[in-house]
Amino acid sequence: MTQQTIDLPDAEQLLSRLADQLKPVINGKAALVGIHSGGVWIMERLLPMLGENLEHGRLDVSFYRDDFGRRGLHQDTLPSQIPFDVEGCHIILIDDVFYTGRTIRAAMNELFDYGRPASISLAVLVNRGGRELPITPQFCAHDMQLPADHNLQLMQDTEGRFYLTLEESKDA
Amino acid sequence: MKIHIKNGRLIDPQNGIDTKQDLFIAAGKVAGIGQAPADFAANQVIDATGLVVCPGLIDLSARLREPGYEYKATLESEMLAAAAGGVTSLACPPDTDPVLDEPGLVEMLKHRARQLNLAHVYPLGALTRQLQGANLTEMCELTEAGCVGFSQADKPITDTLVLWRAMQYAATFGFTVWLHPQDIYLAANGVAHDGEIAARLGLRPIPTTAETIALATILRLARETGVRLHICRLSSAESIDMVAAAKAEGLSVTCDIAANHLHLTEYDIGFFDANCHLQPPLRSQRDKDALRQGLANGTIDAVCSDHTPVDEDAKLLPFGEAEAGATGLELLLPLTLKWAGEQALSLSTAIACMTARPAAILGLKSGHLGLQAAADVCIFDPEQYWKIEPRALKSQGKNTPFTGMELAGKVRYTILDGDLVYKT
Amino acid sequence: MHNPQLTDDGKLKHLLSIEGLPKSIINQILDTAESFVGVAEREVKKVPLLRGKTVCNIFFENSTRTRTTFEIAAKRLSADVINLNVSTSSQSKGETILDTVDNLTAMHADMFVIRHAQSGAAHFIARHVKPHIHVINAGDGRHAHPTQALLDVFTIRRYKPEMHNLRVALVGDVLHSRVARSEIHALTTLGVPEVRVIAPKTLLPEHVEKLGVHVYHDMAAGLKGVDVVMMLRLQNERMTGALLPSAQEYFKTFGLTQEKLALAKPDAIVTHPGPMNRGIEIDSSVADGRQSVILPQVTYGIAVRMAVMSILAGNN
Repeated sequence: MTQQTIDLPDAEQLLSRLADQLKPVINGKAALVGIHSGGVWIMERLLPMLGENLEHGRLDVSFYRDDFGRRGLHQDTLPSQIPFDVEGCHIILIDDVFYTGRTIRAAMNELFDYGRPASISLAVLVNRGGRELPITPQFCAHDMQLPADHNLQLMQDTEGRFYLTLEESKDA
Repeated sequence: MKIHIKNGRLIDPQNGIDTKQDLFIAAGKVAGIGQAPADFAANQVIDATGLVVCPGLIDLSARLREPGYEYKATLESEMLAAAAGGVTSLACPPDTDPVLDEPGLVEMLKHRARQLNLAHVYPLGALTRQLQGANLTEMCELTEAGCVGFSQADKPITDTLVLWRAMQYAATFGFTVWLHPQDIYLAANGVAHDGEIAARLGLRPIPTTAETIALATILRLARETGVRLHICRLSSAESIDMVAAAKAEGLSVTCDIAANHLHLTEYDIGFFDANCHLQPPLRSQRDKDALRQGLANGTIDAVCSDHTPVDEDAKLLPFGEAEAGATGLELLLPLTLKWAGEQALSLSTAIACMTARPAAILGLKSGHLGLQAAADVCIFDPEQYWKIEPRALKSQGKNTPFTGMELAGKVRYTILDGDLVYKT
Repeated sequence: MHNPQLTDDGKLKHLLSIEGLPKSIINQILDTAESFVGVAEREVKKVPLLRGKTVCNIFFENSTRTRTTFEIAAKRLSADVINLNVSTSSQSKGETILDTVDNLTAMHADMFVIRHAQSGAAHFIARHVKPHIHVINAGDGRHAHPTQALLDVFTIRRYKPEMHNLRVALVGDVLHSRVARSEIHALTTLGVPEVRVIAPKTLLPEHVEKLGVHVYHDMAAGLKGVDVVMMLRLQNERMTGALLPSAQEYFKTFGLTQEKLALAKPDAIVTHPGPMNRGIEIDSSVADGRQSVILPQVTYGIAVRMAVMSILAGNN
């Protein structure tokens, strides 16, 4: 069993820490974009903390993934929604766990098909180490190193409180 | 050639024989049954232990594709297929190219067949010139050349006056008219039975009425003219009842079905299997059950192969465009045995449907193995299963809905006029 | 009988007909199409899913409309598109269907979109293509037009999400219609409780009720209380061949007018696969009216076809 050797942080605390990191950079031209599905959960919790009237949207990166040829189309794709004009915006991409960076690469490609943002930064709850691309989060509530065969996931309990789980994944 | 067939189970339905008995052949005829005739010294002994010995099969319809359609099949290949199927006599329809409406063509066909010496060929002459349904053919000349009856193949006569006259003329001389009941208007462009499957698959339908309405006309005219009538390839339950009524009335009418229709229905089309594109079409379960019953109780007189070899390209097309027809000479025996087994009928009944009964329809003296009968013999293993696949078939036509299936009934020897023409 | 549309583990390999398609796959296509609707509303209407793939439209039967929507759908997935219009004259040059298919395979096509005048043509082609190639049926004879049915039910679902409560009526030439057959299968598979067909006897197949529909010959009775009216095209050639006397009488008895539409539910919607014969099967006021969803159908048609192609391309 893996849980006993690795301590998982309290996701709710990480959320507060992330909000504190982001508050200074929120201005009129900022927009939050959550990546399905963990990133969207986080974004929805951050919105009231960071200010009303903050532009926001959600991305489902299924159509931009680099593993489509091997794994096919994901069963449950959801429509992406970017209801604001991306042109000239400072977008903060939000995701739960940063790992290889491929999801972020796909998200950026998708975002650019909506328009030309002024800048994109990345905010994540956890950076678990093991990136495979030259992409890194600007805002991160927790750094850790996990072996490749371990799968870190953000979960929500019945009251909507976040917590993290770790299990050995079947495919590396 | 003196042949002694020993230890076989002799089944001769016409003479009521079904026992283990040896058969002795000499000078092309049956010389002895059970006991060797005096001074009999066999040139050849065939050990038929575990095998059935019966009269050579008589197939009422086999397309040999010559003249004119040699890319589909040749006389050589199809006669070999006949021998491999235990068929020693066959009738062929006149829809060759040119059509068999000239005595010279008939003579040539008979001559070629005799030379090959693999089966007796009984050509059906065209009822009208070029099968066009307008003018009569020289039926007397054609009969002299060797025709055993007159047919329109799959090109029904639409002009009822011409049909009536053709029957009258044939009746004058006692010729038999062979007709496929099909109303070309109701069947127009149809490719499948007008049932649930055609509705689902969007296939152009051929309603049952296309057969029954044409049949009603044909039977009525037969009653008027007194012609001897043979109805080819029934496909529906209603038709059987109509023929039964006509027979009860005293009309001189016989009928046949194709072996394929004993086993298949519209459902076998599956995902548009072009091998199931047949004329007449495969109809409903109810129709199939009636056909099986009809053959069992004698309303349907005989089963034939309706052998129609089709070249591969003509079947490698979407269902409706594919040419209709299935190869059949080599499947007549196993398919009929399968039917008989499933209906709990005797081997003798099954064999009668392919020997004595078709012989009567053709007016042949063969179809049995009484003393001095022509030695046309089929020796087969009723228990041996074999797989229906292209390389197992001698026919050039590999098109059959039974591809990949294993069927019981393998011909081991075929003897024609006392000569061994096939052995495996 | 093994369904040739599915792989051994039940994934979509070809889209040949709605009949035989599990409900889960139909729903997957519809749900995926929702995402593509959003893509069409963006500035950049493309996604890179089929980049490097080649889609061939092989139309043995002409149709600029359908071919164009498939082309747009493929291009929005970043695929390369080859259009082959095999008119009857080039077919008479002797090239068989399979030869045409083999030639295109040699040119590294990954997906074929087939339209043919013969029922079963798409099944026939699917039986003979190399294992990695996917076949989409864009209409075969009278048999099936699965993408049309999918976009129709997608449209219905958008306006009437409670499919389990609907009464749907198909009006027109069911006998000759591949669209009708596919629509009926899609509706019944998705659990629509009552599907009606309204047509004269000459335009209904002999055993149509076996498809699970209620038959009406009286349009007033058939439209009563209906939530969705699905119109079918009446082709000109139906006026010959003793099927119908005239376009006028057909419009009078089976044409959709405002008066007849008023017999359906007040919020009923009207669909039509197009192209419309105004004044023959449908009155202009209805076609352009507030209950018509005919234009949205066209938009959704591209999203649905993108969904089909994406799902197929991902199943290798």
